[in-house]
Amino acid sequence: MPTRRKILAGGAMGLAMAATGPRLAWAQAESDKRLLLLVQRGAADGLSLAAPLGDPGLATHRAQWIDDYDAAPRLDSMFALHPALADTGRLYADGDALVVHAVATSYRERSHFDAQNLLESGGRKPFERKDGFLNRLLGLVGSSAPPAIALASAMPLALRGDQPASTYAPGNLPEASEALLERIPGLYAGDPQLARMWEQAQEANALRDASDIRNLGQAREAGQLAGRMLADPAGARVVMLDLPGWDSHAGQVRMLGNRYKGLDTLVSAFRSEIGEVWDDTLVVVVTEFGRTVAINGTNGTDHGTGGAALLLGGAVRGGRVVSDWPGLAPSQLYEGRDLMPTMALEAVLAGALSDHFALDAERTLRELFPGRAAQPVGGLIG
Amino acid sequence: MTPTAIALNRFGLGYRRGDDLPLDPRADLKAQVAAFDPAPPELGNRALDGEELRRTVEDIFAYRDMRRSTSDTEEREEMQRLRARSNRETYAGDVARRARVAIESNTPFMERMVHFWANHFAVSTDKTHLPLLAGPFEFAAIRLHVGGFFADLLRAAALHPAMLAYLDQSRSQGPDSKAARNRRRRGRPERGLNENLGREILELHTLGVDGGYAQEDVIELAKALTGWTVPGMPFTDPSEPQPNGANFYAFIHQPGVRRVMGRNYPDTGARQALAILDDLAAHPSTARFIATKLARHFAGDAPPSTLVDRLADAFLGSGGHLPTVYEALIDAPEAWQSGPVRYRQPWEWAVAVLRASEQSQLPERRFAMMMRDLGQQVWAPGSPAGWDDRDASWTGSTALLRRVEAAERIAASAKLDDTRALAEALFPGSLSRTTRQTIDWAESNEMAFALLMVSPEMLRR
Repeated sequence: MPTRRKILAGGAMGLAMAATGPRLAWAQAESDKRLLLLVQRGAADGLSLAAPLGDPGLATHRAQWIDDYDAAPRLDSMFALHPALADTGRLYADGDALVVHAVATSYRERSHFDAQNLLESGGRKPFERKDGFLNRLLGLVGSSAPPAIALASAMPLALRGDQPASTYAPGNLPEASEALLERIPGLYAGDPQLARMWEQAQEANALRDASDIRNLGQAREAGQLAGRMLADPAGARVVMLDLPGWDSHAGQVRMLGNRYKGLDTLVSAFRSEIGEVWDDTLVVVVTEFGRTVAINGTNGTDHGTGGAALLLGGAVRGGRVVSDWPGLAPSQLYEGRDLMPTMALEAVLAGALSDHFALDAERTLRELFPGRAAQPVGGLIG
Repeated sequence: MTPTAIALNRFGLGYRRGDDLPLDPRADLKAQVAAFDPAPPELGNRALDGEELRRTVEDIFAYRDMRRSTSDTEEREEMQRLRARSNRETYAGDVARRARVAIESNTPFMERMVHFWANHFAVSTDKTHLPLLAGPFEFAAIRLHVGGFFADLLRAAALHPAMLAYLDQSRSQGPDSKAARNRRRRGRPERGLNENLGREILELHTLGVDGGYAQEDVIELAKALTGWTVPGMPFTDPSEPQPNGANFYAFIHQPGVRRVMGRNYPDTGARQALAILDDLAAHPSTARFIATKLARHFAGDAPPSTLVDRLADAFLGSGGHLPTVYEALIDAPEAWQSGPVRYRQPWEWAVAVLRASEQSQLPERRFAMMMRDLGQQVWAPGSPAGWDDRDASWTGSTALLRRVEAAERIAASAKLDDTRALAEALFPGSLSRTTRQTIDWAESNEMAFALLMVSPEMLRR
């Protein structure tokens, strides 16, 4: 049985061997396309990600926050990117970043947990199905599904399902001895669930020695690890990573300033690590819903509806904001308080993912997000 | 699994080395409900009462203000470093206290309920000041009420200063309060309502997301809650100190009658929110929501509806008397299905391993770090919904590898004797041939112990 240490002995070849060795399910993928999915947990404020400075309503609702955008990267005559997103702004200028605005899933209530469940499962309603849209995408992409990995210690819902996928999170515990590791498969011989988990753990762990990464909470390290895993020709094709901490009920300016800085650092580290493969890469940044347009009583914003999503990567037809802008006048708001969603996030995802992986767009929407009325949004990729 | 194995592992926190096996598993569990000690000596002075808690919170803010008013940058940074270090040490100490109590407990079923309720009313240490408050929150607000009425647990947990800080209630102000009117008159920027706590009380603490409330109920509850905040707020107006360590400032309370879930509540100041909480605690949706969560914990991800009904009936019939609900659970045949129904979460797994290894002298920082590596950093679920109590959230492959690593490390320092005999005690009448053989063939006692700790029997309950 090839152990981690023997793999290591192969030196620089170790990683490639790990991913192509006979024990490993990671066959050469049929597609060269790469996907990184970043989920902003906690309902990120789309109006601060891309602020509609050209809409007079913004000054009405958010007067004390507007000055922050004086030196922010301008996206077009209407929008400016959050000032902490400097590197992302440069990608935008190079045509490698795109903002989709006033977008929401079909969910219209205000619970994080139901909304995240609906987004990740792709079900018609929360907790309706147990598998995730990203897992179903793997099934559509090839007869041998592209290797997918979640950088997390537990499998996020979006990647759960019939297609194989693994998890990886670095740890600080000492490595287990070979003698112990060798006996585990025997212990799980009669237990298919644990046997499969163990096999996946070994595969993902082969990557650990190739990395000096210790803490996924550090934006730079997380970006590097994602980039490294996707850059490797025999590595992963799909990587998912959570970005926690966007629920800005109080003190939003400072709180989100830190979050955007982290996101920018992550994107920047990912971009340098992935090298030329960037041209085949799509990065999707989504959140479960937006926030109230007005500032609440504690210099934050409360749970809302419409928000924004980011598409990055060499694969993106970027340098533009895609939006059917609804306006911020009181009568234009959803329930008098939220940004009105004018585009379905599911249609954006299905459009972008199907174009990226050369799939039929309508079938992709149907499989990933069944029961949605909207048409897939084309023209985001290429 | 035999009933004895179920009582030990599904209801309890695993066999503790040296214990006698219970003769009558159901009677033993019921006796645990009665014998539970809410304030074990191990917690020492960290189960802060109202006054101690008030002083602690005031100290936190006083230190922060002192730091902010220090003009010397280096000195300010040094103060920041000291605070961060003391946060880490206090947090790790509280985590170790929680673990020691669980490891040494004679009433492990009730300790499981403490962990269950602490997760139901989750706070998370990724928010400022919470590393200092998460331990005292559980040690007082949760522990003192797990053996009492849900309404008291709800008041204690939802209005505890840790929760008020965590869900931004501490800064929420009534839009027509005296404070707001003063600010308006002086042309100062307005402060106002924050609906975070109001929403999560309805969605996560009581009715549940499908429990029948609307956005208007969220706003109305948020208004009723204004005034409830942490001590040490910079108001010159007097506050009314509350027995739970919170302060109520009438100055920022939204005046007027509130209407929540179709009922009117006159403006009785601090008591207005309490009256609403009491009615929410007694609501049938709350009974159903709590019953479903409990049933999932003991009967699997998709629990039988008969069990949910049973528990909801016990909850409503007893006015939310939690021991009555626990008794109904113990008496329910659905909770005694013979196959394992749940995958153990990292916390319960670690506690079970330490109970089996007779170790309670934990290196504190290292234990807290280990829990992070295992995927369940204590009191840090990162969300007010707490850790997801469904198997699919825990069966990650890397997480299994971390358990193997942790098992080997713990085995190296465990006091071991006959692992084969230990295996029979851990899973009475329930050990598989494969596990028994794997242990038999292990090359050392340490390895046998590590293997037993990651065996299928140990990973599930």
